[in-house]
Amino acid sequence: MYALRQWSVRHAGGMNAFYRGFEAALVALHPLWRLIGYERLERPVAAIERGVKGLLFDCRMCGQCILSSTGMSCPMNCPKNLRNGPCGGVRANGHCEVRPEMRCVWVQAVAGAARIPDGAQALQSVQVAVDRRLQGKSSWLRVVRQRVGETR
Amino acid sequence: MIFEDEPVPGYPLPIRPGHTSPGRFERVLRAGHFAVTTELDPPDSADPEDVFRRARVFDGYVDAINATDGSGANCHMSSMAVCALLTRVGYAPVMQISCRDKNRIAIQGDILGAAAMGVCNVLCLTGDGVQAGDHPQALPVFDLDCMSLLETARTLRDEHHFLSGRKITYAPRILLGAAENPFAQPTKWRAERLAKKVAAGAQFIQTQWCYDVPMLRAFMQQVEELGLLDKVFILVGVGPLRSAKAAEWIRTHVPGVHIPDAVIKRLVGAADPAAEGRQLCIDIIQEVRSIKGVHGVHVMAYRQEHTVAEIIERSGVLNGRKPWYPGRDPQANTNRMAS
Repeated sequence: MYALRQWSVRHAGGMNAFYRGFEAALVALHPLWRLIGYERLERPVAAIERGVKGLLFDCRMCGQCILSSTGMSCPMNCPKNLRNGPCGGVRANGHCEVRPEMRCVWVQAVAGAARIPDGAQALQSVQVAVDRRLQGKSSWLRVVRQRVGETR
Repeated sequence: MIFEDEPVPGYPLPIRPGHTSPGRFERVLRAGHFAVTTELDPPDSADPEDVFRRARVFDGYVDAINATDGSGANCHMSSMAVCALLTRVGYAPVMQISCRDKNRIAIQGDILGAAAMGVCNVLCLTGDGVQAGDHPQALPVFDLDCMSLLETARTLRDEHHFLSGRKITYAPRILLGAAENPFAQPTKWRAERLAKKVAAGAQFIQTQWCYDVPMLRAFMQQVEELGLLDKVFILVGVGPLRSAKAAEWIRTHVPGVHIPDAVIKRLVGAADPAAEGRQLCIDIIQEVRSIKGVHGVHVMAYRQEHTVAEIIERSGVLNGRKPWYPGRDPQANTNRMAS
């Protein structure tokens, strides 16, 4: 939802702190997830993730979430899917070239990053090309499995 | 100008240490000359002569010619084909690649193909949205973005493999460029975005049209503070405005173009607005050439390409240098035909 998405960016600091705690909790529960089986969890967790992140960030379920590197402004809402910064067409009022009624997600990202510790630095990391096979998959489960070293 | 190790003018040059391409454009930049590039308006036709005729108007005044890739999301002859034609006769094109129309499979293939045809410079762009052009019903691809495109091109060149990891037997020898718009929001972050592009592989930058020199100065100051001045060659985008009405139209309809009111006023007050527009362009070129870190200008004279020679001549930025063009040295050209 657009209004909630704007709210999330305004509260990027708190959102990011909560997200870190949430991630730590998910990682701590890895033995439980493994017991149930990650494959079996994939669909229900992805559904919950879609609901929660869809509401808060207008998440597009790219499956490789980088919200904490983009000031809690989801870059997949950019009509050009830009994950590395704004294009050159941003309007003088900070709105999108393609969808003039929408604030540029990167103008939002830069503002949000300023509210996150090391947020500005995180903006500088070059994001590699998206793996389109992960579309619709749970990013949460993927992160947990990466953290515990189950996958790369 | 002829390079001392130029066997046949117009042919690829030996690659010097520290250079990544056999192109004349990289030579000019690294030799510290003030470089001039321009943009060829690609024809809506399949006639090669349409391309050659459009290139000839720049003869003797530009170091490289950008071949646009469906700019403004409008359909024209492809940048790949324009480049193929230009390299046939020895011009130094900059092949623009936009992420809008092609996925990573097509783009990587194009980079190899372009390099094989003698293209030495590639400009990596995101591209305009399809809504801006004459085919708004088309599928926007955007599989890569300009940053991952730069990284992809650099991987092909320096690591000799595709994104998949599959080996390339002969890597493309190219100079990589990117665009930057110091005049668009979020203006405070634009220099940092440039830093990111340099980190991703950009060796030269062509900026959006500059009509606000103080704003450019502020941007260049930030670029210097980030320690980027010796890492990238920056060419400032300039271009003549035809009239106040045209300027007004551009600033309201072309996303990302910033034209201050003072510029419009200057055109309104002029007896001959087109001449005033050219003079304004010359004034801006002369102002930006003295800014630290500016290595050249990129003249975008859309539908006024015939004015580029006059603008560059009167600005005096070439300092008597005459960039090579096919037919400049009749004797050498005969050798070329024979070899």
